[in-house]
Amino acid sequence: MKKLLLYGFAALLCNFARAQQTFPVNGVQDIRPGLYAFTNATIVVSAQQTIPNGTLLVKDRMIESVGPAATIPKGYVVVDLKGKYIYPGLIDAYTTYGLPDAPRQAFAGFTRTVTPVSTKPGAYGWNEAIRPEMNVKSIFHVDATKAEVMKKNGFGAVQSLIHDGIARGTSVVASLGDERDNLVMLNEEAAAHYSFTKGTAATNYPSSLMGSIALIRQTYLDGQWYGSQKEEYNISLAEFNRTQSLPQIFEATDPLSVLRADKVAKEFGKKYIFKTDGDEYRRIDAMKATGSSFIIPLTFPDAFDVEDPLQARKVTYEQLKDWELAPNNPATMEKAGIRFAITSYGLANARDFWTNLRIAIDHGLSEAQALKSLTEIPAEMLGVSDKIGTLAKGKMANFIITSDGLFKKENVIYENWVEGRQYVVSRVSPINLAGSYKLSGDGLAGITLRVSGNPGSYELAVQRSGADSARARGTFTRTGDMVSLYFDLKANPAGNIRLSGYISNTAPVTLSGGAILPDGTSTNWSAVYSGPVPVTNRPEAPKANLTAGPVVYPFAAFGNTELPTAETVLFKNATVWTNEKDGILKNADVLIENGKIKAVGKNLAAGNAKVIDATGKHITAGIVDEHSHIAATGGINEGTQAVTSEVRVGDVLDSEDINLYRQLAGGVTTSHILHGSANPVGGQTMLIKHRWGVLPEQMKFEGADGFIKFALGENVKQSNFNVQAGPNTRFPQSRMGVEQVYVDAFTRAKEYKAARAVKGNHVRRDLELEALVEILDNKRFITCHSYVQSEINMLIHVADSMGFHVNTFTHILEGYKVADKMKAHNIAGSTFSDWWAYKSEVSEAIPYNGKIMNEMGVVTAFNSDDEEMARRLNQEAGKAVTYGHMSEEDALKLVTLNPAKMLHVDNKVGSIKPGKDADLVVWSTDPLSIYAVAEKTYVDGIAYWDYEKDAAKQKALKADEGRIIQKMLEAKNKGAVTQRPTGGGGRRPGYTCDDIEEGSYVVADSYNGMLNKK
Amino acid sequence: MKKILIFGGLLLSTVLTYAQATISPAKPQSKPIIITGATLHIGNGQVINNGYIAFDKGKITAIGEGTAPNTSGAEIINAAGKQVYPGFICPVTTLGLVEIEEGAKGTVDEEETGDLNPNVRSIVAYNTDSKVIPTVRSNGILLAQPTPNGGLLTGQSSVVQLDAWNWEDAAYKTDIAIHLNWPVVRAGRRRGPVVAIPGAESPDEARLKAMDAVNNLFTQAKAYAETKPEVINLRFEAMKGLFNGTKKLFVNVDGAKEIIEAVTFANKLGIQAVIVGGKESYLVTNLLKQNNVPVIIKETQTLPARDEDDVYLPYKLPKILQDAGVLYGLTGIGFWRQRNLPFEAGQAVGYGLTKEQALSMITINNAKILGIDKTTGTLETGKDANLFISEGDALDMITLNIDAAFIQGRNINLDNLHKQLYKRFSDKYGMKTD
Repeated sequence: MKKLLLYGFAALLCNFARAQQTFPVNGVQDIRPGLYAFTNATIVVSAQQTIPNGTLLVKDRMIESVGPAATIPKGYVVVDLKGKYIYPGLIDAYTTYGLPDAPRQAFAGFTRTVTPVSTKPGAYGWNEAIRPEMNVKSIFHVDATKAEVMKKNGFGAVQSLIHDGIARGTSVVASLGDERDNLVMLNEEAAAHYSFTKGTAATNYPSSLMGSIALIRQTYLDGQWYGSQKEEYNISLAEFNRTQSLPQIFEATDPLSVLRADKVAKEFGKKYIFKTDGDEYRRIDAMKATGSSFIIPLTFPDAFDVEDPLQARKVTYEQLKDWELAPNNPATMEKAGIRFAITSYGLANARDFWTNLRIAIDHGLSEAQALKSLTEIPAEMLGVSDKIGTLAKGKMANFIITSDGLFKKENVIYENWVEGRQYVVSRVSPINLAGSYKLSGDGLAGITLRVSGNPGSYELAVQRSGADSARARGTFTRTGDMVSLYFDLKANPAGNIRLSGYISNTAPVTLSGGAILPDGTSTNWSAVYSGPVPVTNRPEAPKANLTAGPVVYPFAAFGNTELPTAETVLFKNATVWTNEKDGILKNADVLIENGKIKAVGKNLAAGNAKVIDATGKHITAGIVDEHSHIAATGGINEGTQAVTSEVRVGDVLDSEDINLYRQLAGGVTTSHILHGSANPVGGQTMLIKHRWGVLPEQMKFEGADGFIKFALGENVKQSNFNVQAGPNTRFPQSRMGVEQVYVDAFTRAKEYKAARAVKGNHVRRDLELEALVEILDNKRFITCHSYVQSEINMLIHVADSMGFHVNTFTHILEGYKVADKMKAHNIAGSTFSDWWAYKSEVSEAIPYNGKIMNEMGVVTAFNSDDEEMARRLNQEAGKAVTYGHMSEEDALKLVTLNPAKMLHVDNKVGSIKPGKDADLVVWSTDPLSIYAVAEKTYVDGIAYWDYEKDAAKQKALKADEGRIIQKMLEAKNKGAVTQRPTGGGGRRPGYTCDDIEEGSYVVADSYNGMLNKK
Repeated sequence: MKKILIFGGLLLSTVLTYAQATISPAKPQSKPIIITGATLHIGNGQVINNGYIAFDKGKITAIGEGTAPNTSGAEIINAAGKQVYPGFICPVTTLGLVEIEEGAKGTVDEEETGDLNPNVRSIVAYNTDSKVIPTVRSNGILLAQPTPNGGLLTGQSSVVQLDAWNWEDAAYKTDIAIHLNWPVVRAGRRRGPVVAIPGAESPDEARLKAMDAVNNLFTQAKAYAETKPEVINLRFEAMKGLFNGTKKLFVNVDGAKEIIEAVTFANKLGIQAVIVGGKESYLVTNLLKQNNVPVIIKETQTLPARDEDDVYLPYKLPKILQDAGVLYGLTGIGFWRQRNLPFEAGQAVGYGLTKEQALSMITINNAKILGIDKTTGTLETGKDANLFISEGDALDMITLNIDAAFIQGRNINLDNLHKQLYKRFSDKYGMKTD
């Protein structure tokens, strides 16, 4: 019987399915007119317009009219919606509805599979992560089960996209109708999609965020070239070009990611719509400045279990702040005037959608904006505003019927109509049964029923007056016009009295039926409405604490609520290490103004400057680190190819890295952020200043020359990697091969330059070769990771023969063996003070290296390549005194003036000279001493580090943490869902040269973790 | 002093021919030596200005202020204006166990396979001919505790003196400790929550299993130690010393919670524990003090564990432990890096510790923790003459400059590979070395 029933049910559904002209019909044709008139409703046409007591006419799939009360023509099914509301059906702007689950990137173990170029059959592009040829329309299939979940939330249409790859192809907008796929498509090519994560692409490149960005950039150029060539057919590029006219939607996680994508967009005259993780509040002004629209989720993080103070230490400040501030994000977006759609994407549970939306409203999001962000705005974004988004004649009949204002807490969605088809979410009850009833019947006399609550969730209180007075709670269930209820009065009789019945009269409401008493005897009963339930003065649930702390810049521990500004300061009576002809001045003054050094000397006049008594203190220029890997994100090596001169560290700066602050506390003011050393030609580097709190772009050292990282030695030949030998093993694997990589790369670059000179843009622009041409043209400068003398000599020879210059050998632990050649070739040497023995190529590294190079006249520096050591480079310089007895004045230059020289910025930083940037450190004692403490560090005249103020900052940080933890405990006590602190939290991985993202070259895999992120 | 200078000079002139091979262990002390006119840093906080120190047959025989008595027959070293320190002691190191860390597996002997290796002994793998050792001792480190790594119970360590022909000669006190890596939940390296690999053990489960394995081993070892067993178990034999007080349990652990666990664990078994690492030891100083559990700090020159921590917290940790009355030492970590041990100690001075307290951290405190304080760690009569003379403050890189060093009275060779290469290439370029 069961099977038959199921069959019957399926057949019924089929009968309801719409006729489709080209499809044959089985059995008797069943075309229904689908004429409905919804009357007496409050019709919210759009966020701007509401029609009280309105009428909505629906004809088949479309809205026939919307307006004030009107006569209903014959032939319409009339639905009286007195007291109820009609809203446009909601649109979810970001889903994977109707698509197979994206396959997960398989964990490939620690041995890497080498796939240098795509192995996908077909005339596609070289990189599998660029898959603009993917399109949802050809794989979309209605999924009734999933549609139902969304329809319950009020959604009538969605954008559906393939969530995989960097260029992800095109999406559709589909209604959630349970129809043939042909009939639900509202826009079969709604938008083109992009991200920074390569997803399931097997191609090794890109393995880093900067690689992803470089690939996107090159793809735009390839697209331009492709349009004007006739040599090849390439589906990927053809589709890439074709889909440029669509809205371009970019999935970026955090605000810095948005800025990265936006920068590329602007380079190519594009504007993206951004889908994010909902952290815009962290950099709201910058988000506004993009001029872009956004699609934001409602994924607010759960509170943490913080009862155990030791366990609570695993929760980062960033996580605490995010918990508190994320629910403000939609309101913050609205206040900033940013256009945005809201998506339910990323919520762990569909039920959370309304909970979280109401949380957002509690936190200040207006109902009008919420409605727009779920209707009109996504409709406009996705090119379907002629079909959905508002209620108007000629649009699809997508609307929802609700008991109340849509965003009210007690609102119930009764029905969700999709393309003129009813979907019942919660049965509409024509009569609200709430009220007091006098019960009558044998053994039931004197009993009053009090039915309260909303249709769908009635509550029952029972009261018997008189001698045997009693009170009890009961259960009241209504199904259509039928009711059933039971209650136990505990005595006379004891046990449950069960009643079932129906609505026998509506004025006054009367319920009648049969009852069974605890002893099993039956009786008839009826209950007549006697008035509303008396209002009891229940104490209102205390309002959630909505006050939130300020956003800090950067969004990290020790962030600033307000950015510090440049000061005019006179430092009096210090020992000043000028790094100039004056040498080390005792009892001298330094005046800074407008971010520059104004004067150095004795007894300077203060004027209106703030005077700092620096008696007993030492003042030096800020430390310059020639070799650093801090403040970058998404991987520091794009080691998948031997030559990756197209990738740029400047694309992936991370302004929120705590190391910026920690190193200010060690006197560092300028850092050269390098690509790693995994390949002979690495990426373009970026020189930054430690401006704690500004945006990544604002950290960049203005006007500095561009550099590029080269590398020699064990890393580039993958000596210590777990590489399986095979036909695709990445070349080179020996120092012999390294030479050939350089010769080949510069040969190609020269040919490229020559060809471009003749044929211009007919020669495909190649960003990899362009960077090499810049080197040949002396417009970009090499800093080359190097250890042993043989390979250093090799590169000098290659440079000589190919006509380029090596600016700096960095690390260069055997510099002492080739110092004469470096001097002869005017090559600088940046080295470690005393590192050695950690691998074979450093077994003859000596701490006298710096001393020998310096004395030979090589511009010599000490670098860190280490986020810890960077904050005590002054001590590392001191080691040149230990080993080789360098003069203290020269030793300090190893970490200040000399690296500034090799980075071509010694006209701005590196010494204390009027006119230079006011990048200064005030030390407690001789800066080369182990006992020196950096008490104040200025960048551009701004005191970004102050030991005394840091104490106050620490106090404030603890207080803010404590405040939020109290709030979390409160929330937990009120029943909020919590999560266990897992540790790690917001901690970024630190990078050194050798770091490769493990696990089969997966880009920092937010893709796989995306759903769980918050 | 003159004689020593001459000796040193001779040596330098021959290095080009013989290189490392000429750096021979010194001959036993043949006659009394008296160092005079120096500032003596005793190691226990005391400083003697214009002091003398005499030692004979490897032992300190006299120490005091002013003119040395009884100088007949002794070699006099005039160290006026110079500093004399007890030899630095470097606990928990891989010095002599590792020659080239990466890419030359044949030179690495710090780690055995398997999780529970209380029986393996570092002393037999200690390579007295390592080129690293002379670079370390020329900065004043005269004793070390080569220590195995890897797994949960990594093995046993011994204390060696750094001037020897072979490990038998080097052994200063053997098999003094067993080392345990306290099981912790490994946090993922990536940002965001760890994505569980289906079917794989969760980090929590892995930790609990490791805890079970450790508990099981220790409780059985304790029972084993109480009787004469029928079948010999090498692991349990090695662990007997933990229960009779002849060996200490060094526990590598950083988190406050885990430190509490480790101390409780050791108490329950009646074992003397030493915390190694102890980044969060400052949160549980009462517990450590009450239970007399010392801490060997790994590094001061390291980053705070959490972004939210005081940026200088690792620099301040020694001062916090000092004030709390917890016994603390310092290792430095690694092998080649150990030459920075004096600077790792000096680092704490800018942040509240006194210079003499910083010195104690790497001399007498380390000696106490290793159980060798009866014979070394301070400049006191009767102790081994493990000491050195520096031109200036030995904890500061701009003043550290060691003239001479003595291990058990033997005047050791301060040459090393780096000095030799420095000399070789300075000669090539016609530069002077000083």
